[in-house]
Amino acid sequence: MTPRQRLWFFAIGAAGLVACYLWAFTGLPGFGNYPGPYGQEILRQAVGQTHATGVVSAVNFEYRGVDTIGEEFILFTAAAGMSVVLRRLRRERQAQPVDEAGSRTVPATSSAVRVAALLLVGPTAVLGWWLASHAQTTPSGGFQGGVLLASAFILIYLAGEFLTFRRLSPVALLDAVEAAGAGGFVAIGLAAIAMNLPYLDNYLPLGQYPGAVSSSGTIALISFFVGIEVAAAFVLIIGELLEQTLLRSA
Amino acid sequence: MISAGLMNTLQVTVLVLVAAGATVVVRTRSRIRQVLALSVYGMLLAILFLVFQAPDVTLSELTVGAIALPLILLLAIAKVRKREQ
Repeated sequence: MTPRQRLWFFAIGAAGLVACYLWAFTGLPGFGNYPGPYGQEILRQAVGQTHATGVVSAVNFEYRGVDTIGEEFILFTAAAGMSVVLRRLRRERQAQPVDEAGSRTVPATSSAVRVAALLLVGPTAVLGWWLASHAQTTPSGGFQGGVLLASAFILIYLAGEFLTFRRLSPVALLDAVEAAGAGGFVAIGLAAIAMNLPYLDNYLPLGQYPGAVSSSGTIALISFFVGIEVAAAFVLIIGELLEQTLLRSA
Repeated sequence: MISAGLMNTLQVTVLVLVAAGATVVVRTRSRIRQVLALSVYGMLLAILFLVFQAPDVTLSELTVGAIALPLILLLAIAKVRKREQ
């Protein structure tokens, strides 16, 4: 096939794609118009049914809780797989990091970076914890909060060194927390079955009025378990990768 | 209260910015710079979600797109470079 023929081949294909694409556009609903029935129905029912004013969390942890368990285990499996793939091999040993450009002098971490990172550790941890524990009241949730909590640990690495990071986040503890988080979510669902209710049914008291931090029953609890699972998984993944950059083949 | 007209301008502006950001990410050749561009692109996407009234997705995109993904990519690049030596 000559380049010219190939070009023609592409032109015909591209023209077909553009035609189909434009045709599909004519069938779309208007901008900002939601045609499905479920969104409106959830908006009408959710706050009364669950006492959670964070309706997105109510959807995530209650109406489609089983889907969320699946998503949670995607992250769990990813972290576990990473630990296996990036385990320390027999011929690898830890070494001082060497700069790539040998002639360049390696700058030490500046005090500005250290101080800024140290100052941010506290607020980041608090914000992460707040997000993970307020899924039932505002747009937030265990996933976002968990990643922020993990970021607090990464800031400790930036402010100090890898050894401090490792001492503060030992792998055995992270493994246990991650497993407890993932298992806690499943256990909440199983407890419902033990009470003759559907899996993940909201069996805890919903609280007196919607929007209170103590309201929404299992939704807040599930968000907490998701939070610690995600935080542990991310610290684990980042820790494995950091360790890899310090390892070299002997 | 934001008028409907202003909201539309805002939405169009953010959409254009996201398209420009994505183009910059694809066109950047240096790996490190590409990761930084990707991080900025993650911020733009977060703003897009906020403008389109999905604050929940904004938070997810901020934490994953602007923090976690660039960090993991940087570490992976550091590891690969070491092996190339």
